Amino acid sequence: MPCFTFYIFNRKGACQYYHEWQRLKPVRSGAGSQEEDFKLMFGLFWSMRALSSALDPKNPAKQQMGAPQRIGDGCSFNSFRTSAYKLHFLESPSGLKFVLTTDPSVGSLAEALQYIYASLFVELVAKNPLYTPGEPFLFEPFSAALNKYMRTLGLLS
Amino acid sequence: MFDVRRIKIEMALLLNILLQDFVQLPLIEFNDKLRLASSWFGMCGISAQLSPMPDSSGIQLLQADTFDLHSFHTLTGTTFMLLAEPQTPDAAELLRTTVYELYCDYVLKNPFHEMDQVIKSELFDQNLVALLQATNRRWGVGVPQQ
Repeated sequence: MPCFTFYIFNRKGACQYYHEWQRLKPVRSGAGSQEEDFKLMFGLFWSMRALSSALDPKNPAKQQMGAPQRIGDGCSFNSFRTSAYKLHFLESPSGLKFVLTTDPSVGSLAEALQYIYASLFVELVAKNPLYTPGEPFLFEPFSAALNKYMRTLGLLS
Repeated sequence: MFDVRRIKIEMALLLNILLQDFVQLPLIEFNDKLRLASSWFGMCGISAQLSPMPDSSGIQLLQADTFDLHSFHTLTGTTFMLLAEPQTPDAAELLRTTVYELYCDYVLKNPFHEMDQVIKSELFDQNLVALLQATNRRWGVGVPQQ
């Protein structure tokens, strides 16, 4: 059950952190370039979120698709699956988006992403004095802790 | 690639039945269904393009906070979509086998059915409703009154 890639986006849609463990289909044959890949990925889960809040069958007072949404409003989505991979998604109350792609056989990783946000990102990145909110970062302790956590989940050998 | 027009029809059809006949749910207007279906088509394409692994299909299952959206692309290009409670077991299997069979039997074998047009077949509607009601009953969901 391998994990493939990990992204953190800020609230404006710029990618702050990207790590790939395994990527058998290179970016060049997908989106074209790395920047293009980030843009498409942000667009994909942004519209996925708009779709799921427009489709939400349990909320009678929902907005139309495409109407502006505040962070945390409406029904969000947790994951989607294709035949080749599964994408897990978490949006923090401050608008940071965490995206993890894994093998399609992996179960729900909502709690794992919550842990990555609360115990790894907040402790090792947000509390780091060198971190500027919203800017890309590369901190060795965070990357090491992320790798270690993936290993404890059994997603990385 | 699959035919956009067909996706719209199936989505509209399945949403119609689910939203109106099974549980009382807030309605989505017909135009909204068409818009949702076409954005779904686009998202399927982008998700296959962004895949970290080669040979990805479109999206098969979307898990949201309050529902699961199962989507099944047939080899001929028709797309069936089903909204279900989160963690509903067998929903994907139901689409892939029984619903597809009903579609073949009552829609494709109907000599008056025109391809790529809205499906108007009473027998198909009846059987689909009966099938989904039986499934709901098996999982203990209250059977709505007709």
